[in-house]
Amino acid sequence: MMSILINSDTKVIVQGMTGRAGTFYADQGMRYGGNYVGGVRPGRGGTTHLGLPVFHDVRTAKTETGASASLIVVPAPSAADAMIEAIEAELDVVVCITERVPQHDMARVKQALNGSKTVLIGPNSQGILTPGQCKIGVMPTKDATPGGVGIASRSASLTSEILANCSAAGLGQSTTVGIGGDALHGIGFVECLELFKDDPDTTSVVLIGEIGGREEEKAAAYLANTEYGKPVIALVAGRHAPQGRRMGHAGTLSAIGGLSAEEKIARLRSAGARIALTPPGVITEVLAATGGA
Amino acid sequence: MLLAEYKSKELLAQYGLTVPPGQRARSGAEAEAACAGLGAKKFVVKAQIAAGGRGLAGGIKFAATPSSVHDEAEKMLGSTLVTEQTAASGETVNMVYVEAAQDLEAQHYIAFALDPETGAPLMITSAEGGVAFEEKARMDSDVVHTQVLSGADVASQMSDALASIGIEDSSVTEQMVAALTAFRETDMTLLEINPFARTKSGDWIVIDAKIALDPAAVFRHPEFESLLAEQGLSDAESEAQKSNINFVALDGSLGVIVNGAGLGLATNDMIVDAEGQPANFMDIRTTATSFDIARGVELLLQDTSVKAILLNVHGGGMTVCDTVAEGVAFAYNRSSRKLPCVARLAGVNASWGLQILKDRKVPVEDFADMKDAVARAVELTGGA
Repeated sequence: MMSILINSDTKVIVQGMTGRAGTFYADQGMRYGGNYVGGVRPGRGGTTHLGLPVFHDVRTAKTETGASASLIVVPAPSAADAMIEAIEAELDVVVCITERVPQHDMARVKQALNGSKTVLIGPNSQGILTPGQCKIGVMPTKDATPGGVGIASRSASLTSEILANCSAAGLGQSTTVGIGGDALHGIGFVECLELFKDDPDTTSVVLIGEIGGREEEKAAAYLANTEYGKPVIALVAGRHAPQGRRMGHAGTLSAIGGLSAEEKIARLRSAGARIALTPPGVITEVLAATGGA
Repeated sequence: MLLAEYKSKELLAQYGLTVPPGQRARSGAEAEAACAGLGAKKFVVKAQIAAGGRGLAGGIKFAATPSSVHDEAEKMLGSTLVTEQTAASGETVNMVYVEAAQDLEAQHYIAFALDPETGAPLMITSAEGGVAFEEKARMDSDVVHTQVLSGADVASQMSDALASIGIEDSSVTEQMVAALTAFRETDMTLLEINPFARTKSGDWIVIDAKIALDPAAVFRHPEFESLLAEQGLSDAESEAQKSNINFVALDGSLGVIVNGAGLGLATNDMIVDAEGQPANFMDIRTTATSFDIARGVELLLQDTSVKAILLNVHGGGMTVCDTVAEGVAFAYNRSSRKLPCVARLAGVNASWGLQILKDRKVPVEDFADMKDAVARAVELTGGA
């Protein structure tokens, strides 16, 4: 079973399924062949939607359906409570696609994750896709093909781009994970690298990073101290972004702001990652590292 | 969403922090009149722009008398300040803040942010406050201490953090507990007090403060709307904000239309690699309609320094190529400036999007390869 975190057996519920976006992405996930088993909408327990049972809360949905994963499609003001509810119900994988969740709300979510076994993906994430098996998220799937490239990314648009280019070059994908674009988020590059390392069918890993935050620095530190055993290809977008504009407050302190693209690239390179400077360059590097496998 | 200095200080004073007496002014006469109410022997005039690095750019001036306050304010108002945090074209000073100048004995740096790892507040302190911090301490981890504030006894953790930079005074801890309350209650993503200083008379006081509020929290802070209206966004940037696109004006000649922040950054990198100069950074949000996108394209067509437009779109699950193409075509049809447009469309509905551009007579050259598209667009701007 080529994948991390989710596969064709994963039972998925959708929090916020009865809304417009929830309906759309639940329907897409089901059409892709994912094992969607129910939805959650407070006050609508006992009804059905898209032919699936709707439950009042996550715990009941889990008990009744055996679900282990959730897709959260709820508006930003209630997204943190939805995430915390799913974490407290001890789901294995929780995917939150909601954009613009306040940072102080995410602070509460991070505290709920402390000591929990739940893997949170997002928020502000395109989700997770195991090609040919299961999609939990909002990404396009028409260019996805099963194979050996694992992708962990901070950018939905670059993931779509690079995934399509991989498939065109004959490089299928094991799983793609969007860790989300927000400062405070769930799973990071290091956890993705650990999971891909242990997945026998992932043959190479692509990290799609960008300026801001410290995900790339942490990935570099992990790789420098690990016998990784698989090629890792990294892209860090934003080499020529103007520094200090609007976001300058986050960039002034290395303690919280993250390093420049150049510095991130230097650390990843010296930790053994192959560096691609542009999206097309990623494919060149994967082919060079794997011989096209 | 960065607050101007005077707004930051008003907010902190409401929570009980000590700030110097001050008043804002929009003319030399107003600035001079403000002095009478400050009960001070000397004054400082500070430009109110929403970007840091003012001191080095001439945006902070000391004045011994109300008439020299008048003169400094006159010089500053209407001038353009270029700092390391503004665009190269700078920001115009529309307001100054006149304060009672303080005699300082010691200057420290204190900031609060959220720890990305744990979600707990981080207290960041340095004994090297003021300009010294800007110049060297911020890059030097040896003189910057970070303390995660977690659990019940936050005050004693703060006392420890303050002691590590040589402050042992319970009144300071009290002020910082109040600062943390303000940080939490008003959804700040950054609260930076630099310097936090001791005056010669022994008072601890906020000399300068920078506050970033979380725009995502506006749903529970209706007051943010009016604060946002006072911020120093350029006209193009605030217009774009209304239209569901992120738009940052740059100084080049190649207009760029991209969906997604990551693809936008990567496109910008490739343009500069090819020795072109982007006129903007644009990221079309997933919620944007064709009309929103058209508004962003119009901003570029109106900008006389823009010589060509590069459209680099990967249609995804939320923004598909035909939506973007509709927006581009709409803007071109309404504008008399038919700039050459280089398009690279891929992903969902790519060929449909291209057909829309051609049918609506957008002067488009299309490329399948991103690198080729970037090279051609740079060539059209007279770049490399």
